Amino acid sequence: MPKITFVDHAGEERTIEATTGETVMETAIKNAIPGIDADCGGACACATCHVYVDVAFMPKVGQPLDMEQSMLDFAENVQDNSRLSCQISVSEDLDGLRVTTPESQH
Amino acid sequence: MELSASNRIVIVGAGQAAAQACASLRQFGYAGDITLIGDEPSLPYQRPPLSKAYMKGELERERLYFKPENWYRDQSVTLRLRCAAISIDRASRMVVLDTGEALPYDAVILATGSSPRSLPVTGADLKNVFDLRTLEDVEKIRPEMQAGRHLAIIGAGYIGLEAAAVARQLGMDVTVFEMADRVLARVTSPVMSAFFEQEHQNHGVRIQTSVRVAGLLGDDVVRGVQLGDETKVDADLILVGIGIIPNSDLAEDAGIACSNGILVDRDSRTQDPRIFAIGDCARRPLVHYGRNGRLESVHNAIEQGKLAAAAIMGKPRPVEDCPWFWSDQYDLKLQTAGLSEHYDAVVIRGSPQDRKFAAFYLRNGRLIAVDAVNSGPEFLASKKLIVSGAFIAPETLQDTTQSMKEIAANAV
Repeated sequence: MPKITFVDHAGEERTIEATTGETVMETAIKNAIPGIDADCGGACACATCHVYVDVAFMPKVGQPLDMEQSMLDFAENVQDNSRLSCQISVSEDLDGLRVTTPESQH
Repeated sequence: MELSASNRIVIVGAGQAAAQACASLRQFGYAGDITLIGDEPSLPYQRPPLSKAYMKGELERERLYFKPENWYRDQSVTLRLRCAAISIDRASRMVVLDTGEALPYDAVILATGSSPRSLPVTGADLKNVFDLRTLEDVEKIRPEMQAGRHLAIIGAGYIGLEAAAVARQLGMDVTVFEMADRVLARVTSPVMSAFFEQEHQNHGVRIQTSVRVAGLLGDDVVRGVQLGDETKVDADLILVGIGIIPNSDLAEDAGIACSNGILVDRDSRTQDPRIFAIGDCARRPLVHYGRNGRLESVHNAIEQGKLAAAAIMGKPRPVEDCPWFWSDQYDLKLQTAGLSEHYDAVVIRGSPQDRKFAAFYLRNGRLIAVDAVNSGPEFLASKKLIVSGAFIAPETLQDTTQSMKEIAANAV
């Protein structure tokens, strides 16, 4: 199972064994990772699961599609490596992925 | 009220609001007992996908659960599933269960949800007549949803239309019967209703508005619908989606004030300072609209779960957002912010023909609500503008050469 490391805004790291096919957001929520709200449960309707993807993984994770990008524009402190974690599907390819969660989703 | 580790909180209900209250209590540092009482057999789960991706078969059951079972163990939350609370004894501070047990409490959070309104006509109890509220409801209807069969849907609200979209995508024949003169009449404006009605027709759904269902036909299994004008329409199965009724009996029987929902203050507290009510079952102050109301939404369940947990723990009151909602039908995502009531102007940005547009609702020049179709920025910008009570000129909202981000930044 691919491992994902979540780094919170204070730098604390939590490494989780993720399930292939689930999303990075679901992995976070099920493991009580702080900093991700995901109010809509993954419907790409609320923009409250914003994360920063480790730049080294950006080629594998890829860029957001239009819908996600347009939602991301309204998140706080967006960077080039910002993604909505409900739109990143976990695969073996992403083993070792590191994402940083923001201090707040609002 | 500030509670300590020796305290006991009983949460009645195990839906979205209950799950949130539970997580927020722990997040706010509550270390005492939490017991979650749910009458369904499943772990607390998300309901929105039941009429969308889950009904379509695109999502496994486990992915509906908010948390895996071990989360509750790790957080020392006692889950009492397949179990109902039958009364609250406020004098001795006990919640009585259908098993005969009485659970002592220091605080109770009522998250009892709502029940589908039943169709008040003959034949409503026939086989193959379904509601859609719980996972078990979906498990019952899904095997019957086969290509070529005719599904009659009674009620053109979110549930009815989302199910219609799924059923068409599964290859079923679909007819929707609606009593009002347009679809989604309770939740949106005529312009959005017209758009969604046309979309469904384009996808092959037959929609009949301004019709009364007089009865359901059949001996054992339903065979059709009888309309008020005596017309009969054959159907293999029926889905009834005509609204929900708040589950307030437990509170009413305990002498707590209710009126179309359990009455609560801004902290989700009922008239009894130890009893809170959250989610579909609660009637709350809607601070951005100057009235009380009941909201049937994920946003409300989450927000009230947080409000109750914060009040119990003596934390500052979390932000009360403007109400928001979403609906997925075909490849359309409808996102609504605010309540479109008593508006004096509707402004359309974008074009319905492009299936990407928004309807803004204004009152006295201020934005009070938006319905955004495949238009995330219009939705997210409006959420903020509605809360801030911003004045915006209709021409500005219509001007697609300005991004919503720019419009929001310039609004006062």
